[in-house]
Amino acid sequence: MKRREYSNLVILILPTLITFSAFFLLPMARLVAIGSEGPQGIGAYLDIVTVPRHFESLLATLLLSLIVTASALAVSTISGLFLERNRFPGRGFLISLLTFPLAFPGVVIGFMVIMLAGRQGLIGEVTKLLTGSKIVFAYSMSGLFIGYLYFSIPRVILTIMAAAGKMDPAIEEAARSLGAPQWRVIVDVILPALRPGLIASGAICFATSMGAFGTAFTLATNIDVLPMTIYTEFTLNANIAGAASLSVILGLITWLALFVARSLAGSTAAAAG
Amino acid sequence: MTDHGTAIRLEACAKTFANGVRALAPLALEIAGGETVVLLGPSGCGKTTTLRIIAGLEVPDPGGRVLFDEDDVTVLPIEERNIGMVFQSYALFPNMSVRANIAYGLRVRRLDRNAIDARVDEMMAMMDIAELAHRRIDQLSGGQSQRVALARAIAVRPRVLLLDEPLTALDAFLRTRLRVEIDRLLRGLGITAVYVTHDQAEAMSLGDRIVVMNEGRVAQVGTPRDIYYRPATDFVADFIGTINRIRGVVRGDRVECRAGHLPWSAGGGGEIEVLFRPEDVTITAPDDAHLTGRVVSSFFLGDRTKLILEGFDGREVVIETTDRREFGPGTEVAFRVDADALISLKG
Amino acid sequence: MRRPWLFYTQLAFTLSVCAFLIVPVIMSMLAGVTQNFFIGIKSGVTPRWVFEVWDLYSETIYLSLLIAVTCLLVTLVLGVPTAYVLAKKSGRAARVIEEILVLPVAVPGLAIALALIVSYGGFRDFRGSWAFILVGHVLYTLPFMVRSVLAVLSSIDFKTLEEGAASLGAGFWPRFFGVVLPNIRSGILAGSLMVVTLSIGEFNLTWMLSTPLTKTLPVGLADSYASMRLEIGSAYTLVFLIMIVPLLVAMQILGSPTKRVAKVETDGDGSKPASMTGSRIDD
Repeated sequence: MKRREYSNLVILILPTLITFSAFFLLPMARLVAIGSEGPQGIGAYLDIVTVPRHFESLLATLLLSLIVTASALAVSTISGLFLERNRFPGRGFLISLLTFPLAFPGVVIGFMVIMLAGRQGLIGEVTKLLTGSKIVFAYSMSGLFIGYLYFSIPRVILTIMAAAGKMDPAIEEAARSLGAPQWRVIVDVILPALRPGLIASGAICFATSMGAFGTAFTLATNIDVLPMTIYTEFTLNANIAGAASLSVILGLITWLALFVARSLAGSTAAAAG
Repeated sequence: MTDHGTAIRLEACAKTFANGVRALAPLALEIAGGETVVLLGPSGCGKTTTLRIIAGLEVPDPGGRVLFDEDDVTVLPIEERNIGMVFQSYALFPNMSVRANIAYGLRVRRLDRNAIDARVDEMMAMMDIAELAHRRIDQLSGGQSQRVALARAIAVRPRVLLLDEPLTALDAFLRTRLRVEIDRLLRGLGITAVYVTHDQAEAMSLGDRIVVMNEGRVAQVGTPRDIYYRPATDFVADFIGTINRIRGVVRGDRVECRAGHLPWSAGGGGEIEVLFRPEDVTITAPDDAHLTGRVVSSFFLGDRTKLILEGFDGREVVIETTDRREFGPGTEVAFRVDADALISLKG
Repeated sequence: MRRPWLFYTQLAFTLSVCAFLIVPVIMSMLAGVTQNFFIGIKSGVTPRWVFEVWDLYSETIYLSLLIAVTCLLVTLVLGVPTAYVLAKKSGRAARVIEEILVLPVAVPGLAIALALIVSYGGFRDFRGSWAFILVGHVLYTLPFMVRSVLAVLSSIDFKTLEEGAASLGAGFWPRFFGVVLPNIRSGILAGSLMVVTLSIGEFNLTWMLSTPLTKTLPVGLADSYASMRLEIGSAYTLVFLIMIVPLLVAMQILGSPTKRVAKVETDGDGSKPASMTGSRIDD
């Protein structure tokens, strides 16, 4: 009986394992291998640090991702806490609006940035009215920053609201009963309680920003983030080995960030059920 | 903190919540300095709302006033009232150690380091938790957590100590033990305390006075003895302990009913309901008895036997006796009721 | 007792964040039906751009739908049994498998696409067909289906249900189809919505995997943003939004998103990747 059940379970999961191995594990292994098939061999993996353009690209991407993460966390914490702890008419609607962009692909977000800050963008028109000169920043790092912020905020807000919702309200009341003014309650009690959620969503934010491609692609070509570098290496320079090695490294970075998030956010690592 | 503790007065405090629920009808209450008052009642009776109004976590409806001694604190938020509060879930700060928890109120008041340390040590000694100083909150047992919560609340020398069902989350044994400790603590400190519970044993043992509440209103205020021996309403009589009800007709110096009669000294006439408690009964010979019933079930509790009797106009009567005999189901039992213990609520 | 000005400041802040997110959406929807964006709404409202989009890009819409539905079917067939096996035999092996399944979400789509191209790009027919894109989509969406079903499985005590059925004589397959599947419908439904939404919007992977003959909606979008006038790009975006919004609304109705996120992400065990919070949706 046990053996029959075991083999039935294997039958159920085998298709997935086969598909996955064939279409993900093997190709990824191949990619790693190809990364070292160029003229420099395995040395290509060091390119990211040694070739100035690549290195700058890496730094730019890291810096951008970090700044986006910090900003998204700040903005979302304020709004997320506010929404979770206050009930007022229209709250549900506001929440839906805020989480609506969750499903937008990067290209659409790039388009949104153009709407806001492009040559005919809203900000351009407004600044033209106010100061006489148009501010256009969609096609630069600032535009990318806006775009990344755009898709990060909904995610982080949801996480913050969930974490804030799980807090025992009595703890806050206890702090107040001991005389703590509102700011102290936030610093001493609320933020520490949110810490796991902040770390987790911060890491996701970072990983997503590192690996984002669609937004940069839409906002055009003089933006030098790592995914764009990979893309140009592959399509324009036909440098397959270079593109491969860079992708592998990028993949490692994002995976590492998410891994850190999971270990910090969860307690013990028990699978479901 | 004054010598005799802070007096609390509530005037016309009502509370209707945003969703329209009327949790509290206008309530007036006077609590003397140093007194321990217990708010007792079933869930939803308004006792927690009252406590939170005293605390400053809820604002009473317009017209209500809260006074600490002569200070009107109605519009003061909780963080400015200088109270100590103990919560049902303990509400200890998970990101701080035990020491840091107890020290928190003192840190907020910006006392200097030495003063804080001294006071925390004093509190931990008083609550007998000195060895837990550096433990993390999630490593504490229920009883330990409650002691830490008490220490934390008292450390700031509050004017008033408010306790919101602090023992409800503990098992029965711990509850009984901690009840004694809390009682000793409150007496030793001489602090004014308001204690909310639904457990009448807790209320009776801790309270100088008990406020019995039901459906947003006060049913009765009195000492434990008042409440027990002289319940003012049906609700109080039923809620506290066990009560027996006998319906009968007043005829001269007795109340006559199906199962016999009861002595009656208050005069008057007509139909009446008389109440008495199980322990105010003595089993006698049928000739001397007031009432007779038939045993439905009997419970030997060691120090006494509890009998459930039928034959009282469709109702059952519970009596307790120290008589050592066994009373099997179906046995006829005759008993007298102590005349002083009879309670009548409608006249 | 809460200071009102604090409330209103925070409200104003939140409203501006909202505006930041929504105003461009509204603008682009309007632009999609305006005669001339530069003149503004005064130039008149017209459906001509939407019609032009249809002329130019209708195959992309069909293809995206085709791929999304096929992707859903594949993930159902692969994912539901996988979730069941992982829930039944929850041990170290299960955790490892879960971690591995999540990898396509953790690794940038660009990298995965590259990997697929270098491995299978040589098979010309495969490379040029929409099946190539489908593979990428399945890899990316499968973890979400598995995760969704796993979440439901861990919240119901399915093992006891199965024992009950077994005690009444039901064998393995009747139990699986007759007892387990009907009880995890909500997880399957939620997962399905997720898979379809993700597939329709996927770009990172799809861009590299697509060819001029196999263009999906997001690929078409990128195309139109780059080469067509603003109104067409907007109208195209409008069409995309119309397709996506019902799905999003359905997902929000199915379970308040905060609860969904809380359940999936912060269940308190490290193996549930925080990445599953509907995040890493194609960017």
